[in-house]
Parts: sequence; C-alpha cells; structure tokens
Amino acid sequence: MRLTRATLVKDLRLEWRSKDAINSMLFFALLVVVIFSFSFDPTAEESRQIAGGLIWVAFLFAAVVALNQTWAREVRNQVLDAYRVSPAPANSLFLAKAFGNFIFVLLLECLMTPLFIVFYNLRALGPGYQLPIVAVLGTWALVVNGTFFAAMSLRTRAREIMLPLLLFPISIPAVLAMVEATTSILTGEYSARFWIVLLAAYDLVFTTSCLLLFESVLNAE
Amino acid sequence: MKRLFPIFGLLTGVLLSYALYLALEVAPTEQTMGDVQRIFYYHVPSAWTAFLLFFINFAASVVYLIRRNMKADVVALVAAEIGVVFCTIVLVTGPIWARPVWGIWWTWDLRLTLTLVLWLIYVSYLMLRRFSSSGQTPQIAAVLAILGALDVPLVYFSIWFFRTQHPQPVIGGGGSIDPRMLHVLLINWAAFSCLAVMMFWSRYHLEVIKREVDDTQALEALLETPRGPR
Amino acid sequence: MTYLYAAYFATWAIHIGYAIYLVGQYSRLRDEMKALQSRK
Repeated sequence: MRLTRATLVKDLRLEWRSKDAINSMLFFALLVVVIFSFSFDPTAEESRQIAGGLIWVAFLFAAVVALNQTWAREVRNQVLDAYRVSPAPANSLFLAKAFGNFIFVLLLECLMTPLFIVFYNLRALGPGYQLPIVAVLGTWALVVNGTFFAAMSLRTRAREIMLPLLLFPISIPAVLAMVEATTSILTGEYSARFWIVLLAAYDLVFTTSCLLLFESVLNAE
Repeated sequence: MKRLFPIFGLLTGVLLSYALYLALEVAPTEQTMGDVQRIFYYHVPSAWTAFLLFFINFAASVVYLIRRNMKADVVALVAAEIGVVFCTIVLVTGPIWARPVWGIWWTWDLRLTLTLVLWLIYVSYLMLRRFSSSGQTPQIAAVLAILGALDVPLVYFSIWFFRTQHPQPVIGGGGSIDPRMLHVLLINWAAFSCLAVMMFWSRYHLEVIKREVDDTQALEALLETPRGPR
Repeated sequence: MTYLYAAYFATWAIHIGYAIYLVGQYSRLRDEMKALQSRK
C-alpha cells in the first residue's frame, strides 16, 4: 500500500510539473465537443437525448489519449524492468497507475462538464445527484480496463493503435451503461438504477480480475 | 492420425451434402416465412458452433495460464480463429434472413447485438495475437481471452435491459418447433461441427508446423551470423 | 428464394475463403521448409 502511494504521488508530481497528459486530453475533448456540435444540431430538446452519448464518447477518446501515456514514461528508461525485478508486488503498481489515470480523467470531466452544459443547453430533469455516482463508477470502469490494456499493448507493435482496439470491444457494456444512465438522468424518463448497479458490477468484476491477472501481464516473457 | 484425415474429410463432405439435401428438400416449408426460413438450418448451427469454439478458447486460455502448456495456447488461437469464421457466417446470414422476414436488415435485438459484440471481442483478440511480438503473445492473449469471456454476461445483461427499455420490432421468439425441423437442424449441426473439427484439425497442424519452422529459422539465423554473408 | 440462395452461397463463400487461406498458408510453409532443408 505504501508503494502504491509513493508511485501515485510520483506520477501526480510529474504530471503537475509537465501537465502533458491533462493538457492534451483537455484540448482533445474540446475538439471532439466542437466537432460534434457541428455534426448535430444542438437544439435543446434533441440534444438532451444524445448528449449522454456525446459526453461519454468525448471522455472515452480523451481517456485513451491519457492511457496511452501511462506506461510510456516507465518504458523509456527501463523503469518497468526495475519494477519487475524488485520485490514490490505488481498489483500496487497497477493500482497506483489506475488511480493516477482515474484522477486525471475525473479532473477532465469536472472541467469539461460545464462546457457541455453551456454548449448543449443541458439541465437534468431526473435526479441530478446520481450523475456524480455514474461519473465516478464509469470513469473507474474505463480507467481500470484501460490501464490494464495499456500494459498489455506495451508488448505489441503499433501500441498506440492497439489500446483502443482492445479497450473498446470489452468496455461496450460499461459504455452502454454510462450513456444510458446519463441519458435517463438528463431526460428524467426512466430510472437509472439498473445501469448504476450494472456499472458497479462491471467495476467489481474487472477490478478483481485485473488485479488477479496483472502480475502475469507485467511479467510476461 | 494422418491417414484418418481424408476419410474424415470424405465423411464430413457426405454429411454436409446430406444435410443440405435435408434442409432444401425434406424439411417442411415454414407457413408464414416460406422457403426463406430454410436459412435457419445454416444460421443456427453456425451460431452454436461459434459459441462452442469461443468457450473452448476460454477453457484453453485458463489451462494455459495455469499450466503454461504450449498446446493449450495453440488450441486457444485456433478455436478463436475458427469461431470468428463461424460467427461471421452468423452475422452475414442473419441480415439476409431478416430482410425478407422483418423487412429490415438489422435490429439491435439481444441475440444479434450479443453476437456482434462477441465477434468484436474475438477479432480484437486475433488482432492482439497478430500484433504482439512472439515471446509473450500466449500469456497476454490468454489474459485477454479470460477478460473477454468475463465480459459476456455483462454484455448480455446490459443489452437485455437496453432492449426492454426501447421499442423494438416484434420478433417471433419462442414457440414450439416442428420435430421434423428439429431433426434437420440437428443433422445440420452435426455436419457443421464435423466441418469445424476438420478446420480445427488442419489449422492446429498448420500452427504447430509454423512454430517449428519459425523456431528453426530463428536457430538458423543464430548459427549463420558468425560465418558472415553467404 | 433468392435470399435463401444468397445466404447459402455466402456461407460457403466464407468457408471456402477460409479454406483457401489455410491452403495458402500451408504452401507458404512448405516453401519455407524446403528452403530450410536445401540450406543444410
């Protein structure tokens, strides 16, 4: 656990000094939002139906940008090999990376959400207090899988391309749940409870399995 | 083993022709859908075979991670590849059936969407295998296969709920099946399973030889270098 | 009826396509094996 904290703090400090990931993510998400608003007519009533989808697609793409950089720093100077020979448990490294990405993506969401509200004229007709729950669970779902697959795609050629190819098919249920939950809260037409439960189940299943399997990915030889 | 292969191939061919004859001539014509319903005898067996192969892929991946057995890895790869072939057939024949019957090519129905998502997951599995450098491939691929299999129930529930929430075209599900139709269906399934076994066999053999050749080539390259260019 | 034939045709086209792919791989491997053997 101490190792997790140390790695996390190190990553956050590095990010704070360079702001590479957060800047590229922010700008990327902004571009996606603007391009979407050109391809659809963002009038109030229609946009309520599609806004949930737009928000999450933008966050998904932006998250991939950040996730791709997760391990790049460690590979460059063979830090990953040092981790591998050190007695530190692999899982604490994985957790640190996942938490780091979680914080970045959550920060991005906090910054982008006001923009969405302004651009698409949104107002929650359903129970708005559920939105943060959906955001936290959904982000964790994306990030835990994304960190894991980013570690997997390190060992492939064309690794930047590989991550979305692996991540998107597997996270289809999570994305569906996030989008549907957000839409149902925004329109207030039906309850989002089932989707929140599904997201929680997804998080539970994939956090456990990633923790169990990460060691064999890190040490794959 | 090798001598058995042509015999088995011949048997499969005979069985497939017999199944085709049954499907086209013997099976009773469905009352509402007419002859188009005969696509059923190709569509459903392919789907069963594909799901079975995906399950074999999952089981072999688990075995590989526990035992580190090369054979299990080859089985997993081959099962995924042939599963994708059968799944493609399901996805192609499905719309061809749906078009005259429901009037639409595609609907985001539970079974259709689940099949599509499965297809996507296993195509990404094959992509990973193709793109990753040889040494660690089996391990990483096995991990992905396990995660993909864990994903299936989640996909199922999410689409199930997604569907109950949205309006959809009424699709005649359930209902009893004519025993003669069931008979034809089972024969067809047997025939396609034999075809799958044959493909599996030859692909497995191919993969084993390929690995041997690759290893020999790597060894050759190692031995050649000190002697300089020839 | 056209749809039926189209579906059956598509099924066999995919199977035969895969079989051709397999045969192609086999012949490539055979060439490689020959090349390896002739070098020895």
